[in-house]
Amino acid sequence: MYKYDHIDNQIVNERVNQYQDQLNRFLKKDLTEEEFRPLRLQNGLYIQRHAPMLRVAIPYGLLSSSQLRTLADIADQYDRGYGHFSTRQNIQFNWPKLEDTPHILRKLAESEMHAIQTSGNCIRNITTDPYAGVTPDEIIDTRYVAEIIRQWSTFHPEFALLPRKFKISISGSKQDRALIKTHDIGLELIQDNAQIFANIYVGGGLGRTPIIGQLIKEKLPIEDLLTYCESIIRVYNLYGRRDNMYKARIKILVKSLGVEEFRKQVEEDWEYGANSPNKIDQSEINRIKKFFTEPDYKALSAIDFKNTYKSELHFLKWIDRNTRPHKIQGYRSVTISLKGKKQQAPGDILSEQMRDVADLADKYSFSEIRSTHEQNLVLADVEESHLFEIYNQLIKTNLAEANIGLITDMICCPGGDFCSLANAKSIPIAKSIEQLFDDYDYLYELGSMTLNISGCMNACGHHHVGNIGILGVDKDGSEWYQVTLGGQQGVDASLGKVIGPSFSAEEIPNVIDLVLKTYIEVRLDEELFIDCFNRIGIEPFKERVYQH
Amino acid sequence: MKTQLIINNELINNEWALVVPEISIENVKKQAGKVVQFKTTGEEIPSHEDIEKTILPEASKVLLPLKLYLLKKVELKKKYSEIGLWIYSHEEINLFKQLDKDINDFPVVGVMIEKFADGRIFSLGNLIRRKLKYKNDMRALGDILKDQLFFLKRSGFTSFLIKEGRDPIDAIKGLNDFTYSYQGTLNEPPLWKKR
Ligand code: SF4
Repeated sequence: MYKYDHIDNQIVNERVNQYQDQLNRFLKKDLTEEEFRPLRLQNGLYIQRHAPMLRVAIPYGLLSSSQLRTLADIADQYDRGYGHFSTRQNIQFNWPKLEDTPHILRKLAESEMHAIQTSGNCIRNITTDPYAGVTPDEIIDTRYVAEIIRQWSTFHPEFALLPRKFKISISGSKQDRALIKTHDIGLELIQDNAQIFANIYVGGGLGRTPIIGQLIKEKLPIEDLLTYCESIIRVYNLYGRRDNMYKARIKILVKSLGVEEFRKQVEEDWEYGANSPNKIDQSEINRIKKFFTEPDYKALSAIDFKNTYKSELHFLKWIDRNTRPHKIQGYRSVTISLKGKKQQAPGDILSEQMRDVADLADKYSFSEIRSTHEQNLVLADVEESHLFEIYNQLIKTNLAEANIGLITDMICCPGGDFCSLANAKSIPIAKSIEQLFDDYDYLYELGSMTLNISGCMNACGHHHVGNIGILGVDKDGSEWYQVTLGGQQGVDASLGKVIGPSFSAEEIPNVIDLVLKTYIEVRLDEELFIDCFNRIGIEPFKERVYQH
Repeated sequence: MKTQLIINNELINNEWALVVPEISIENVKKQAGKVVQFKTTGEEIPSHEDIEKTILPEASKVLLPLKLYLLKKVELKKKYSEIGLWIYSHEEINLFKQLDKDINDFPVVGVMIEKFADGRIFSLGNLIRRKLKYKNDMRALGDILKDQLFFLKRSGFTSFLIKEGRDPIDAIKGLNDFTYSYQGTLNEPPLWKKR
């Protein structure tokens, strides 16, 4: 992974100094609340319901074991002994004290981490496929491109105060696991004759007005990637709405101008900008690429798990759900579930668990960990012969839930328990749905499906693209939940359809139960929930749910 | 010397009288610096009448709103010995194309923001340098605090009029918050070229 040199270190250290000064001026009342707000946000600091929340950047979801230990130490020293992985592959601490935040940032800086641009109206943490570099369907390893974009976007002087937040995601595989079409800019890397190009999608996003991104530039040489993005964001910076925060995302600008007109304006700007100093060249690409070379893989033969571990039924389930093929024979990638009854909330992890995972990474996976937008963790490079050991150690630390891709592997935002923007709580909803699945056989019978929960329209829980989506809504000051069906992420991204009038929190488990029963009854053979939904539509579900 | 003007890391006596029109339309005023630039809404702020009514100070050097200059250039050129121009962050740089002479004949060009969080100023600075090829002093005006200075400098601004009531000496430090920057700008190559 990328290693800081003295320059990177100096940048994060100077950032901490700058932030310390801003905080001091705020506390001395030299900065107003309105002025301090964008400044603290750009350092990941929110003022939440109970306490500030600090969001720490995990660039494109990549962490070293020692960084994870630092996060565990921070959780113990400055928080309540746990952290929460977000849907942007970042980690959040819910209980730090305002005065402590500079100390936390200093500690992070010592481990080559920071909270830069994890919030606020700027270019946010770049996200990508958590299986980059190891997945068999990969065309291009996105990590070095993500690092190039990370550096370019860090304190970009022109884009420090955009109309609204700006999210970039990159995919380099056949399957899009980076959700590029629901990002402000989505980059799809492709290869032609050993040359690398990007297809650029723009204006996708969830939130209040969910829109699927549109292709604005096809086959752009990788050298021009940054300058083209500069032109896109420049047009947005100048013309995006600043009067209404709900209409300020780039998707609204693209929609109101039309993609053709938007493209025209971008291209016009790019005529001047194509040769901006941020055009990259092969030497820079190679320099960054070197940080992401393959580890020393061994020549191994593949293990036949079914025969070797015949009597270990739970383990086999876990292999089936929580591990996935690796591009190198004899290796697999492990996804550690942070979901399930043993977790306080989806995506939460205790400091001891962080340390245990860090130990596993040191022992079995080249000391690296990745976080996923589904709020789980990944050990990307594990020898198959080590899996049984890993599984048993995960059992000891309560992280062996074999539910990746199943309905209990929910995506859930912090919601009303923490977030001051929430209409409704989301964690208790997740917990109440989990209670439906005491019976593992039933859970496995339901097969792969996604359930996403957001506490408000901001859609941090990506409810629109969940096969089942739940959204907290406010009706006359009380908490209600709207249910959508048929959302999907990936190459065939689609947005869920609202099933009908919203429900109370108490009704939700029953509603979900009825939706699932309907599916089980009408599905053909092994048909997945989403395929079944696409075949029969929303009506049968609606009828069943509202009949009661 | 009471001044809020920073040039070359120093406080400089401000000889330029800044001319700002009174905006009369109340509900529009509230939105100034926010909605106006958005092309589909298109109200003009300040209005034509506001500009016409602008009070002209007695001074020798003035910084004038570009639209005022375009409206009354003959009179203004007679009245003042030196003229600089500024635009609001919601105006387009194409306005400069209506000038009767080269933009580089003006010693100062500025961009005015009404809200600290208005980041359009950075892109406008970049465009004025890059597209209009403006070479002289470019000044940041309005709600300018220590915390924008580093970015403003890197977007091509060379002078900074700190908001009244804020310590301009402390603000100077903001120009040098960082020793290194990753990305290149018009007058600085990206960091990787130096690594
Ligand atoms: S979706 Fe709403 S409630 Fe949930 S974290 Fe985002 S802003 Fe908060």
